[in-house]
Amino acid sequence: MNQLISLSAAELAERLRAGDVSSEEATRAHIDRIAAVDERYGAYLHVNASATEQARAIDERRAAGEQLHDLAGVPVAIKDVLTTKGMPSTSGSKMLEGWVPPYDATVVARLKAAGMVALGKTNMDEFAMGSSTEYSAFGPTRNPWDVDRVPGGSGGGSAAAVAALEAPIALGSDTGGSIRQPAAVTGTVGVKPTYGGVSRYGAIALASSLDQIGPVSRTVLDSALLHDVIGGHDPRDATSLEREWPSFAAAAKRGGASGDLSGVRFGIVKELDSEGIASDVQARFREAVAAIEAAGGEVIKVTAPSFTYAVAAYYLILPSEASSNLARFDSVRYGLRVEEPGQTVERVMAATRGAGFGPEVKRRIILGTYALSAGYYDAYYGSAQKVRTLIQRDLERAFSEADVLISPAAPTTAFKFGEKVDDPLAMYASDLTTIAANLAGTPGMSIPMGLGDGGLPTGLQLMAPMFEDERLYRYGATIEALLNQNWGGALALQNAALAEDRQPAQEGTDR
Amino acid sequence: MSDITRESVEHLASLARISLSEDEVETITTELKQIVDAIAKVSEVATDDVPATSHPVPLTNVMRDDEPGETLTHEEAFAGAPAHDGERFRVSAILGEEQ
Repeated sequence: MNQLISLSAAELAERLRAGDVSSEEATRAHIDRIAAVDERYGAYLHVNASATEQARAIDERRAAGEQLHDLAGVPVAIKDVLTTKGMPSTSGSKMLEGWVPPYDATVVARLKAAGMVALGKTNMDEFAMGSSTEYSAFGPTRNPWDVDRVPGGSGGGSAAAVAALEAPIALGSDTGGSIRQPAAVTGTVGVKPTYGGVSRYGAIALASSLDQIGPVSRTVLDSALLHDVIGGHDPRDATSLEREWPSFAAAAKRGGASGDLSGVRFGIVKELDSEGIASDVQARFREAVAAIEAAGGEVIKVTAPSFTYAVAAYYLILPSEASSNLARFDSVRYGLRVEEPGQTVERVMAATRGAGFGPEVKRRIILGTYALSAGYYDAYYGSAQKVRTLIQRDLERAFSEADVLISPAAPTTAFKFGEKVDDPLAMYASDLTTIAANLAGTPGMSIPMGLGDGGLPTGLQLMAPMFEDERLYRYGATIEALLNQNWGGALALQNAALAEDRQPAQEGTDR
Repeated sequence: MSDITRESVEHLASLARISLSEDEVETITTELKQIVDAIAKVSEVATDDVPATSHPVPLTNVMRDDEPGETLTHEEAFAGAPAHDGERFRVSAILGEEQ
């Protein structure tokens, strides 16, 4: 296996700075890898044809003695929910097939400003609605640990790209777990920052009060490095926070080197501890807790009773906001138009939306339209907003007793294709562990927790109070280093299934 | 139990401007009933004394200075449009014959 593709972003950046390797070589290695294996995994919707050319430009600037950002020349994958000037941005929907936005999302502009090289756009559930990538209009992404299983969702493409060594790092978006749940089931790392910590400008909106952009990687340090690039105030996003953030990379380095958790209080959330959590995931969680205690961490139980209502509140707030946000797909200004000769613009709009949206998107828009209807608003949307307050209060209380909360990041390992696709309520339960952080606005992280039954990855979730993303990186890196001793390095690199990946997914169909 | 019927789904779809096939109306009616029954439990804890939270970090009146900034050119704005005449987006009739 090509050495360059298994390096972490931090390692690769170091070699680039030392001049041991060029960005062109590193980028080409990833582009070659995508060409060789993406037929099998389906992580990408679009590959950047000028990636190596852009990499060469960075090499030239470096050779000319220009002072570059630490991550300059490092390739990165971008979830298709983000607008990219000159590259199609579909959000996984037929509605935007072939649409090339006239502007970059702020996070994309920041990657470019740092000299990072975009490898392409990653697959996702349509408009980020889903937990398996099966709702992508362009076909599913497959889990690099077992191609008969889903990579999680909605950001299955970014997680699979990183897990399959098709990118060292990637951007994702997390509305109810779309970064953390795919990370858990692909043995990778994913972070949902504090709400407002990263700009949403140019992120195709799903539910604006819940959406956050965040990093996806194979190591905690890599997520920290990427978070440092994309984070901070953006005047183009009215919900962006005006505050100074510490260096998350410095926190991750400190945490990774220390090996000591003395004096740190970890709270196990009672409501996320047993009900609905598979036994193999629970077993790995107990081992992680034991490792935390062995390193001096104090582990206590905390309770958050309103978490029991989180999934219900989420499936009112999200569809309500989505039904409003997705009204912009009106067949007038961009995207699909289905012509209905002689008909009014409203009929054209309805025909377009009928043809352009997939089943899950229709289901949620209609649910949201229902929840916002006169006569139902107070009972549904209004009540869900009150649950948000209760969840915030529960978290405030829990964080007065614990520095960080821990739980499994997903209730099960990766499930098989088709297992939940026709059962919306079962699919919705996949986000049981992650949703509370979105409703409250607090930051959360998933790190590898070892393999469950059938050799499939599990994830450990860490949650911190508002604005305390630094704690996730610091303690996440310590726990990562402790657990990595059990399997000898980043979990994603221990995936034996990657050895077979030169064969396409369907037997004998060399497409 | 929810009060969702075929007719209410058809009405909601027309409000949301989504054409649905007969089969889709059928499926969505069944699914919506199940989903609404499962999520209605939020009202159990949403008592009058609990304030609503619309947004995780409340910010008010986030304004920028009233200065002209960069905007898209006509060409850029029309680049993804299904139809336009170079000045305006082109759409089919706004009003039907009966109007």
